[in-house]
Amino acid sequence: MSSTEPHHASPQPRRTALDALHRSLGATMTDFAGWDMPLRYGSERDEHLAVRTRAGLFDLSHMGEITVTGPAAAAALNYALVGNIASVGVGRARYTMICRTDGGILDDLIVYRLGETEYMVVANASNAQVVLDALTERAAGFDAEVRDDRDNYALIAVQGPESPGILKSLTDADLDGLKYYAGLPGTVAGVSALIARTGYTGEDGFELFVAPGDAEKLWQALTDAGADAGLVPCGLSCRDTLRLEAGMPLYGHELTTELTPFDAGLGRVVKFEKEGDFVGREALLAAAGRAEQNPPRVLVGLVAEGRRVPRAGYPVVAGGEVIGEVTSGAPSPTLGKPIAMAYVDAAHAAPGSAGVGVDIRGSHEPYEVVALPFYKRQK
Amino acid sequence: MSNPQQLRYSKEHEWLSAAEDGVATVGITEFAANALGDVVYAQLPEAGATVTAGESCGELESTKSVSDLYSPVSGEVTEFNQDVVDDPSLVNSEPFTGGWLFKVRVTEEPADLLSADEYAEFSGN
Repeated sequence: MSSTEPHHASPQPRRTALDALHRSLGATMTDFAGWDMPLRYGSERDEHLAVRTRAGLFDLSHMGEITVTGPAAAAALNYALVGNIASVGVGRARYTMICRTDGGILDDLIVYRLGETEYMVVANASNAQVVLDALTERAAGFDAEVRDDRDNYALIAVQGPESPGILKSLTDADLDGLKYYAGLPGTVAGVSALIARTGYTGEDGFELFVAPGDAEKLWQALTDAGADAGLVPCGLSCRDTLRLEAGMPLYGHELTTELTPFDAGLGRVVKFEKEGDFVGREALLAAAGRAEQNPPRVLVGLVAEGRRVPRAGYPVVAGGEVIGEVTSGAPSPTLGKPIAMAYVDAAHAAPGSAGVGVDIRGSHEPYEVVALPFYKRQK
Repeated sequence: MSNPQQLRYSKEHEWLSAAEDGVATVGITEFAANALGDVVYAQLPEAGATVTAGESCGELESTKSVSDLYSPVSGEVTEFNQDVVDDPSLVNSEPFTGGWLFKVRVTEEPADLLSADEYAEFSGN
């Protein structure tokens, strides 16, 4: 046996506030963006299915929190990011992106408006420093302060259809009034938390931002409260298959600095109509025009007819020609078949396009082109 | 984790049973199965195929990765485990029993196969 995947060993990976707990639970740990994170505790397939049918508990403390405050916080973020951040209501959240001047995506973000003049920007762990540096530079001309809050938060997510009931048993906060992509401060199991109804699994669920010193107490309380409902601890492995089934992009796979939001099929996050200029505006206008008239490759879903699993970087083929590239692939526990996201030439991007396959280490395996997402929960 | 005493082991984490009428059974160890995670696809050598010690003869895919399967000995494959092809999770649940991978008529065996204790020390468990 020898894995063909490279191991990115780093001498000193960072550990979250829950590190000892993960080890006591027997987690298989992995180096992820410089953090030592739980990959899985037992079977990743079982963890995946628990989130789809019951509930799962995740440590996401590697995510990068950046706070932006001040009278011009909204204006600064409107300039720094592609979305209309000033229009986000207090207590609400928005999915958005930060781009370079040339329109290339630096990161995708969730921005929470905590108050009239206070926002929390949550960046991917791998990009947190880049985002922090860019925000600091771009906010320089505004009456706003950018603060690195990465060390001030642990992040615990409880995801899955049973998660509202589990959380309700631990808080007086009005969860029924908390809509998807909203967040409010509250107390959970005696711990002060920002309670957000967000996630990266395609299920209903919550993300709880707490002080690192409170993380273990909150994790234990959620574990106990969720025991009867079948809540299990979940690692990053199933988080990846959950988001893939839900058609959600992952930075470094579907999103890179080589692509604009329009190339990634996410042009809707770019708000040209907002007040004032923003970084990347000119290049993104051109990218929007290109996408409309002469679309470059299009992000599609692929479902295997066989059982071999496509991996990131594998060529997508049709008629002996390379027509695209896989960006993420995995066996789908929900569909019971391998699935992938891939950028393919527009001519082959329509669902049902004939003769499309993936070159899996030299053998062309047939794949069906489908619309994303692969999975959508019943509401 | 315990590695059965009656088996011998390769440094590529395969196990090999004692040969009966010249035919030995091959699988991967529990250590290797745990390291892989859930196995979702197994490509095993067909009956009649010639395998060479230390060379790739198939592949195992898990959620996260694809790994080459190496043969611990040289010889001719007499049978592969159809149950594993149909249900690859057997490699995880019963690595030393129901999750065996193929049987081989041994023609040559490397001198450096490990005992259970030596393998335990080698794999650190």
